[in-house]
Parts: sequence; structure tokens; C-alpha cells
Amino acid sequence: MSPAEVAIRVRDVSHQFGEAGQARHVQALLNTSLDVARGELHCLIGPSGCGKSTLLNIIGGLTPPTTGSVTVAGKPVGGPMPRDLAFVFQENALFPWNTVFENIVLGMKFQGVPKTERHERARRALEAVGLDAFAGHFPAQLSGGMRQRAALARALSLETDILLMDEPFGALDEQTRTVLGEDLSVLLSRSRKTIVFVTHSLGEAVFLADRVAVFSARPGCIKEIISVDEPHPRKPSFMTAPKFHMLRDRLYGLLHDEIRKSMSETAQSRRRYGEAADAGGSKS
Amino acid sequence: MNGDARDPLPIRLATYAIQVAALLCMLLLWFLATNVWHVSSILLPRPLDVWYQLIDVVRSGEFIRDLRVTFGELAAAFALATILGVSAGYFVSRSSYLIKVFEPLFAAIYAIPIILFLPLYVMIWGLGPASKIALGATISFFPIVLSTIVGFGNVDRTLAAAARSMGANNTQMFRHVLLPAALPVMLAGLRMGFTVALLSVIGSETIASLAGLGHRIVNLAESMEMARMFAYIVFVVAIVAFLNWALSAFEAYGRWR
Repeated sequence: MSPAEVAIRVRDVSHQFGEAGQARHVQALLNTSLDVARGELHCLIGPSGCGKSTLLNIIGGLTPPTTGSVTVAGKPVGGPMPRDLAFVFQENALFPWNTVFENIVLGMKFQGVPKTERHERARRALEAVGLDAFAGHFPAQLSGGMRQRAALARALSLETDILLMDEPFGALDEQTRTVLGEDLSVLLSRSRKTIVFVTHSLGEAVFLADRVAVFSARPGCIKEIISVDEPHPRKPSFMTAPKFHMLRDRLYGLLHDEIRKSMSETAQSRRRYGEAADAGGSKS
Repeated sequence: MNGDARDPLPIRLATYAIQVAALLCMLLLWFLATNVWHVSSILLPRPLDVWYQLIDVVRSGEFIRDLRVTFGELAAAFALATILGVSAGYFVSRSSYLIKVFEPLFAAIYAIPIILFLPLYVMIWGLGPASKIALGATISFFPIVLSTIVGFGNVDRTLAAAARSMGANNTQMFRHVLLPAALPVMLAGLRMGFTVALLSVIGSETIASLAGLGHRIVNLAESMEMARMFAYIVFVVAIVAFLNWALSAFEAYGRWR
């Protein structure tokens, strides 16, 4: 990949929670390097606790890495970069005291976008996710799928080149998740955004990704990168194609041992420290 | 009286009707006790006598001086407790270590009957309003500081991360995330603080004071003017009920829909 094509460059990033020797010490990431190309959807998949969400937060400037460096659009990351990248979180990242419309407008307000432009962009984003009729609803009045659409609309309205999505459909039922995945693929083919997408779901990874990075168990590092090589927008029929199953099986083969390893480690550390060991790594 | 606004209208009306009926029943019992069962009017004056006294209290404007004293004390105590409680609570909530240190401490002190310090407070600040203000502020400080710690200490991390990722600066973070997240819990604490401030101000006036509604009620009891004393009690109850209603309306306004 030539430098111009690289949207995100991760170099030798390690991250630990707590100090070595402490009961709560967790080595979440170890010497991870990754290049995300402009316009690609790059999935991160791995056993829970492997540090894939931590890596996303490091890329987004929300968590400083213990060592290593990240550059986004050629600039070193030293904090949030609201003009370059937008987050979509797993759930409940909408402000419950604001309506859907207010939620979307607020992000632009933080960045000083003028009011008329804010409203115009919010309307367009809501239209893009098919929620224009629910602008005045509060998040609690929406279903989980609609809430995630609204969260996606908020991220789109910020008009960044990069989206960081942290298991955005993880809390949804399978049907809703599949439909949102299809919509995202359509959206992606139109906008050519660069997306880093953390997921637990093998099927979701294969269906959405241009490339999938498979993480090893804690301390996480990238074990292998698999290319999917299928143009967007992807049709539901892709899910029944032999290629889909082949890739899914391959992913499962890579992940299977790591998941076993991570489960036995978690059980051990629980026995040793009780719940305390879980505190640092529960969301990583 | 509280009807749940989400209930359909007939149920709401029925709720009110039952509440009003219960009050009327108590009034009826009172009437029966004095007029039929002949309970001594020194212990329990007749409702009608109390009514006439109440009208006289209100018409003559005699209550104004005591009301002013009591409400002055209440306002000062509540304002002090709010300023100290909210700022201390916000400060503590900024660090999980400080929360670990101070939340159990405040909760433990809140559980002891602080009214026991009234004699000490009277020795320090005298019989006037100052000792009532100090006691009311002390007592209502705790629910306010505790609810502020809980409110600001439990802001959802994802919401804060979302705001930060969208470029919120510290002021915007406070105004658009921390404050609205903490507000419902804080308002509940402020309401609780107001109630205990009122209780302790009026309560301590009945124990050691020179003026105020509590003082007036005790004086009337000591001079055996029971009907007038009851009139003052009714008067205080009416005002407190109104204040509570106003406060819950304010609290409901701060809640998220």
C-alpha cells in the first residue's frame, strides 16, 4: 500500500491496564501493527478481552497507547480528532435527555458548525438511515435497531472520512443485525468511507468486511488478516454463497483455539483475584 | 397528592377521589371525637373552633412575622446546604478515589440524628435564627452532597466517550453531558434536602427559639390556646403541602422523558 492510500496506520501499539505486578494488571495489546486502506471496511475480530475495542479507542484518540504510535490521515493521534473520525458505540451512546434530532445536532454544535448547516446535515443523515420520521423521538421511545440507526446518523452527520464502529450491532437480535449490515454495505458503497468495525460475529465480519484482522487471545495481537474480495453493496444472497461459508469457516478455524485459550485464562484469573481482575479488561 | 400522569384519566380521577375521601374521613373522625365522643377540648379542639381561629390568624396578619422568621431561616439553611453540598459533591465525584473515601463517610453521618447537636449549636450561635440556619444547613447538606456524588459519579462512560470523540470541550461536556445526566438524581436529593431543612428548622424552633412558627405553636400550647395552636398547625401544613407540590413539579421537569 502506498502512503497515500493508507487512512490509518498503527505501529507497534501495546496497551496495558494497571502496572505490572498489580492484581488488576492486564496486558490488553502487544506490539500490534495494522494499516487500514482508504475506503475499505476493516473488521477486527477476536475473543472477548483481546483488546480489539481498546485498539479502536486508541485509533480514535480516546485512550493513549502505553507504547507505539497511530497516524490518521497522515497526522499523529494525540487525542480525539472529531474532524477526521467519528465513533459508533455498541449501545446507549445517544443522550437519553435529547431527541434523536438534538442528539445529531449536538455533535456538530461541539465543532462549531453553524446552525442552519447543522439542521440541514442532520436532516440528510436521518434520511440516509431512514429515520426522518423519528427526529422528534427520544431514544427510549425507539427500538434497539432504530437507536443504532440514529447513532449511525449522528456519526454520518459529522462528515468524517473515517468511521470507527465498536460492535455497533452487538446488542441487537440477529434479524435486525443482518438488515442493518445490508444497509451499511449499501451506504458504504455510496460514500466510500473508511470504516474500522469491531465485531464478535463471524458472519457479520465476512458479510461486511473488505479485510478481517483476526486477534489472538490476551495479550492481543493480530494473528492473521483475511481478504474478502467482494464488491459492495453486498446482497443477502452473498450469505448463501460457497465463498461466504468458506471464509466463515476459515475465520472460525483461526478463532477457535484463541477463544478456548481466552476462556480458560479468564476462568483462572477469576479464581485468583475474584471479580477484581475483570475490572480493567471487561470492555476491551 | 400525586396522581401518576401516565394513568388514564378515569384512574387518575379515582386516585384523587380516594385521596380526598381519606382526608375527609380523618376530618369526620375529628368531628366525631370532639362533638359526639366528647374528647376534652384541651386535648383536641373542635374543628369549627380551629377554622374560626385559622380565619382570624390569616385575617389579622399575625402570622406574618413568624412566617418571615421561619422562611428566612429555611431559605438561608437550604441555600447554604445547596451551595456547599453541590460544590463538595461535584468535587468528590471527579475522582473515584475521593468517592470511595467520602461517600460512605457522608452516608454514615447522614444516618445519625444531627438534631442532637442543637444544644451545642444554641450555645455557639444563640437562641436566634443563626442556630436554626446552622442546624438546617447541616442536616440538609448530607442528602444534597450524597445525591450530587451519585449523580455526577455515575455518568455513563459511553456518553462521556461519545461526547469527547465528537470534540466536546470541558464546558460543553459539563453543560450537555454531565449536568443533564446528574440532574434527575440531584433534584431528588435537593428535594429531600429541602424537606429535612424544613423539618429541622421548625423542629428546632419548638425546642429553643425566640420567634418563628414552631415557637408560636409551642407558646400557644403552653398558654392552653389549643384551637389557635391547631389553626397554626393547619396553616403550616397547608404551606408545606404547597411547597412540596411546587418542588415535585420542578423535579418532574428535570427528569428525562
